[in-house]
Amino acid sequence: MDIRTIRETVYRWIFAVLAFAALVFLIGIILILFKEAWPFFAQYSAVKALLGQSWYPTASPAEFGMLPLIVASVVVTVGAMAVCVPIGVGSALFLHELAGVRLRAVLKPFIEILSGIPSIVFGFFGMLVIAPFLQNLFGIPTGLNAFTASLVLGIMAVPTVSSLADDALSFVPASFHEASLAVGATRWQTLTRVIVPAAGSGISTAIILGMSRAVGETMTVLMVAGGAAVIPRSIFDPVRPMTSTIASEMGEAMTGSPHYHALFAIGLILFLITLSFNIIAEIVSRRFRLKLGLGR
Amino acid sequence: MRLYRLLIPILAIILAILLLSTPGFTAGKQITIKGSTTVLPIAQAAAEVFMDKNPAARISVQGGGSGVGITSLIERTCDIADASRKIKDEEIAKAKARGVIVNEIPIAMDGIAMIVHPSNKLSALTRRQIKDIYTGKVSDWTELGVGKGKIVVLSRDTSSGTYEAFEALALHKEKVRTNALINASNQAIATTVANTPGAIGYVGHGYLSRKIKAVSVDGITCTRENILSGKYPLSRSLYMYTNAKPAGEVKAFIDFVLGREGKQIIEEEGFVGLR
Amino acid sequence: MNRARISEVLGFTLLWLCMAFCLFFLGAILYFIVVRGAPAISWEFLTSVPRRAMTKGGVAPAIVGTFYLTLGAMLLAFPLGLASSIYLCEYSPKNASVNIIRLSINNLAGVPSVVFGLFGLALFVKAFGFGVSILSGALTLGIMALPGIISASQEALIAVPQSYREASLALGASHWQTIKKVVLPSALPGILTGVILAVGRVAGETAPILFTAATFYTRDYPTSPFSEVMALPYHIYALMTEGTHPDEQTSIAYGCALILLAMVLAISGIAIIVRGRQRSSYGT
Repeated sequence: MDIRTIRETVYRWIFAVLAFAALVFLIGIILILFKEAWPFFAQYSAVKALLGQSWYPTASPAEFGMLPLIVASVVVTVGAMAVCVPIGVGSALFLHELAGVRLRAVLKPFIEILSGIPSIVFGFFGMLVIAPFLQNLFGIPTGLNAFTASLVLGIMAVPTVSSLADDALSFVPASFHEASLAVGATRWQTLTRVIVPAAGSGISTAIILGMSRAVGETMTVLMVAGGAAVIPRSIFDPVRPMTSTIASEMGEAMTGSPHYHALFAIGLILFLITLSFNIIAEIVSRRFRLKLGLGR
Repeated sequence: MRLYRLLIPILAIILAILLLSTPGFTAGKQITIKGSTTVLPIAQAAAEVFMDKNPAARISVQGGGSGVGITSLIERTCDIADASRKIKDEEIAKAKARGVIVNEIPIAMDGIAMIVHPSNKLSALTRRQIKDIYTGKVSDWTELGVGKGKIVVLSRDTSSGTYEAFEALALHKEKVRTNALINASNQAIATTVANTPGAIGYVGHGYLSRKIKAVSVDGITCTRENILSGKYPLSRSLYMYTNAKPAGEVKAFIDFVLGREGKQIIEEEGFVGLR
Repeated sequence: MNRARISEVLGFTLLWLCMAFCLFFLGAILYFIVVRGAPAISWEFLTSVPRRAMTKGGVAPAIVGTFYLTLGAMLLAFPLGLASSIYLCEYSPKNASVNIIRLSINNLAGVPSVVFGLFGLALFVKAFGFGVSILSGALTLGIMALPGIISASQEALIAVPQSYREASLALGASHWQTIKKVVLPSALPGILTGVILAVGRVAGETAPILFTAATFYTRDYPTSPFSEVMALPYHIYALMTEGTHPDEQTSIAYGCALILLAMVLAISGIAIIVRGRQRSSYGT
């Protein structure tokens, strides 16, 4: 073996080791979450925690019922999807079918800009502009509630869903489109009955990843959702999703206290939720590509 | 292509300029103050004036609530803990277990004012009524005879000393209703009440302004005189806690806060200096 | 007009509305922040420290804090990210490691920002003992930025035509020489775009630095990697939730938001320009 081959092998190994950094970090996150969340589940029954309705971590005795927090996250995410899916998929369809090459080139950057706006700015805008506006519009007691949070989160997730859906649509072979038009369907019929179903799995992937983004969002809900740890009775009730609970209470939880471990337990649940979304999205996307004959 | 070759040296130069132009990394002790958002305006104003007079001093101020401050003091991540409630016995014990001797320094007096929107016709509340509103027994303004609509109840999160003091003085340790809107600071409550006609909340005396209306409690208004004399029912002391007797820069700052200029700042911020 | 045509017109109108709503919202955010933030911006705002309980003066410490946090994050993420993408693209081994790495990257990208904050808190702040500091914050942000840099670098590397590599190898260059002297320089614009986009994302993040780096008020610039810092996104949050003089501080917060927005726009602009030139240089 000459010096050149040795050097080449050394470089290859260096890159190989560095490439596993992502895996190392991911495993690290999982380990830390489990390590810090475990003491909570060892001390409190998981079922009581997940289904309990009272979140009073600083009362004595402390109560760690997480149901209101989980329900809040679910409500806000579902609400966000109700906003994001029509608008995101709709704009993807628009860009794919109705926009000419030039219009597309102009509009896509705008969507990219929307995706680059930091979440704190969205939350800030939501709190100062949207919440008062909705408060006056609907005559509700406060604009800081699940509805506003869903609205702002939905808009935040639109670029994610839109660009992934757009990619999915572009993978559908042009022959589908042409064949459909050739048998006499209108463009709209082609779009809704041929293209979208063909891209169905890809669009589902986009929606699932959008949901993952919405459920994990922190700053926006912290500023806009209202902060009441109670199961909402109406969409206009203030809520407190899991992410904002962690963000607002971590500062006062003494390291190693039950409150501290409880917050990590919430973090673990959050992580597992987004992990499952990602895995489902991965499976769906793989089937989508196989179906369209794009290989692995 | 050639343009991109130049890009890296250009970026390096810009980076170097930026790094060199900000004051470099030197040693220097930073005093860290964390805790109550009630005491925050005092701590911050005092820190500013103190740093103006002592250019070598470096102070970092944070809010988060009395709970955050006390936790940080116990974990030795801050030098001074601002608190708008007295430290609890179990916290003193936890501190001792970690080698921290808690030293309590009262710096001012404060009254918790009950506030409503200026358009609200309410002008007086009894402690009983406050408790009923906050524990969920009374939910509508009609029950108080001052107009229609749901009462939007505002409270603080659990790390707040103001909340703990309110809980002890007004609620007698009963739990706040679950659908109360939780706010992160005194100012957040003041702002929300100012913007929400049906809201009620509680803030430190220093946060009163023309945008909100304070109501009397048991017939006594929240004024400096009433707080100092002890007549106002929801009065409490404001504290700064340190680890053992303060020394060095920390002592200098505490002395400043307790001195004549500190008292002036306390009064300016709307609180009541100790006599 | 038959039923099909009517559906089509309705349907397409709906799509137009969807797109319009997107643009409307974007326009609304830009409008409000520019209109309410511009009055706050001045040279003094950008270069001086906060004064009078943060109602006057500027936000320079926050800008500097954000700068140091982002710099630190890139120092971690760029070498690791570039190395990973080189391994995945240039060495593409045919074993399972590629799949494992790809899965790790995708899942790391999906982790919520507050969970990163928890991770940074438990590991860097507590376990390693760095405390709340630039170091903890930068490391946490760096791990967050990693997937983004890997994706962008991968795209850039894949875009380099295979013929470049083949020609280089045909001339007798070794694999590493090919990567270093032929592939990387060609992919550089795309890689730099990825870095710049990651910078934009990291600078605007608040949740990861909530417990690992940020503080409400400190008058001076940080003096060591172990100091707490102010940061632009955290400053907006702090002013809005704990600010003690909301009248003046709201406009300061708008000013900070405007700075962040300007940064996002500048970065998007650069990305578009670089992508345009890259496309023309490869003849696609």
